Amino acid sequence: MSVLIYAESAEGKFKKVALELASYAKKVAESLGTTVTAVTINASDVSELGNYGVDKVLKVSNDKLNKFSAKAYADVIKQAAQKEGAKVVVLSSTTDSLYLAPIVAVNLEAGFASNVVALPVSTSPFQVKRNAFSTKGFNVTEISSDVKVLALAKNSFGLVEASGAAAAEDFAPALNDADFAIVVESVEKVTGKVTIADAEIVVSAGRGLKGPENWGMIEELAAVLGAATACSKPVSDLDWRPHSEHVGQTGKPVAANLYIAVGISGAIQHIAGINSSKVKVVINTDPEAPFFKVADYGVVGDAFQVVPALIAKLKEFKAKNA
Amino acid sequence: MKILVCISHVPDTTSKINFTNGDTEFDTNGVQFVINPNDEFGLTRAIWFKEKQGAHVTVVNVGGAETEATIRKALAIGADEAIRVNANPTDGFFVAKQLAEVVKNGGYDLVIAGKESLDYNGGMVPGMLATILGYNFVNSCVGIEVDGNTAKVTREIDGGKEILSAGLPLVVGGQKGIVEEKDLRIPNMRGIMTARTKALNVVEPTGDAALTKVVKYESPAPKSACKIVSADNLDELVSLLHNEAKVI
Repeated sequence: MSVLIYAESAEGKFKKVALELASYAKKVAESLGTTVTAVTINASDVSELGNYGVDKVLKVSNDKLNKFSAKAYADVIKQAAQKEGAKVVVLSSTTDSLYLAPIVAVNLEAGFASNVVALPVSTSPFQVKRNAFSTKGFNVTEISSDVKVLALAKNSFGLVEASGAAAAEDFAPALNDADFAIVVESVEKVTGKVTIADAEIVVSAGRGLKGPENWGMIEELAAVLGAATACSKPVSDLDWRPHSEHVGQTGKPVAANLYIAVGISGAIQHIAGINSSKVKVVINTDPEAPFFKVADYGVVGDAFQVVPALIAKLKEFKAKNA
Repeated sequence: MKILVCISHVPDTTSKINFTNGDTEFDTNGVQFVINPNDEFGLTRAIWFKEKQGAHVTVVNVGGAETEATIRKALAIGADEAIRVNANPTDGFFVAKQLAEVVKNGGYDLVIAGKESLDYNGGMVPGMLATILGYNFVNSCVGIEVDGNTAKVTREIDGGKEILSAGLPLVVGGQKGIVEEKDLRIPNMRGIMTARTKALNVVEPTGDAALTKVVKYESPAPKSACKIVSADNLDELVSLLHNEAKVI
């Protein structure tokens, strides 16, 4: 009967979204009068989950699952849900989880709601509020199937600590060859850099920077803040920056705590992709730039003066608050 | 190779999003509809296969008669024929069930759908379709090559990408990268003329039920005004970010 989460880990350590899921699931479980079970795949120490409300952990350890396989992972989650008799399964919105969620939903004959931004509006009937229209609206979706699958939008709930300990239990679901029909040939992953997906702060720049040679100060600003770097679509189309940095509607979505836009006018397609960020700062010479309409804080000024000055101020701040 | 491209008929990005009928319906009044951008990237790749390797490209949409202008645009871009499943696309599972029926009847080797539509942002149809059919599935596809019965698919992952090898039949959830923006095609006059004579077959839906329904819409709360900080007083910005916004 419990609420099941898939607590994602990387190199054995839980991602922040896993703890956010646990926090969310705890509240859902309370309103349903049940407990939270987490399924983990090759995570080393699972005790941390207890601090965020997880009551029980189904710990899967299997070398075949060292490389992500959506079908195999979906199979693990389905079997965990069946073992627990879970009526609500909550997943995160990482690229991997959004890949496996619809597979889990079909295999559990469950209705699926993605982009969920808040606790259920009602549990009977089961209704959740979700983002739609590329952040230009919300809808309340009612799920009528017996089992419900939800994907929680990143950074929409936050972490809520709980006191308690999670009871861990080894779990060895049966996997078949069909689960591994797709073969991973190679993985290219940036190491030692904050990724846009995991970043709490994102520093992004646009055509206002005039050329790729001027990105040094953006990288420095990001380094001071421990932030990821990103760029607008024109900048990626011009090949000033790699395509992997393109954020916006057709690029990567950003749901950071702080998004700083330098020399980006704020086209509607750009805003659609970054609007889920909590606090937005714009630095632009043009006070009429549309970005000022969606930003929380704005500086009207030349990036080539404002950014180096801001770096200096932030360094002073960091030195004082270290 | 037989390719099926699933297209969704969505409001253009610049559209104002309003709700009507006591916030229970999306107000389509004055809204310009387009092919969902993630689907258009996939469609363009399908046309590339047709031109470079030989392929027959069918586009399919689940929707009412009002989506036919969008379907004709896909034909004008270069698809060979089209199917419209005559039903209101109520939820992702229902749409996936309809598409599964089309795939079973058509015997396609490759099915390309956008990883997410810009209206409901559900991101579930390609994965559900593949699972209903028991086909291989790769999401967030940013590159695909097909050689015989095997596809080499590049998938975007958080912080990089991975290269996968998957046997056909295969369903992919496409996005920008499967082709680039500059590769997108604007239909020319000849394309528009020939699109009028291409087959657009209307089929009736299966009786499958939806598992979810939208009961209400909400617009975002109005945004409070942006606080302007002087470029000569960046201490204030640092202080606001620390003390007020609490993000640094």
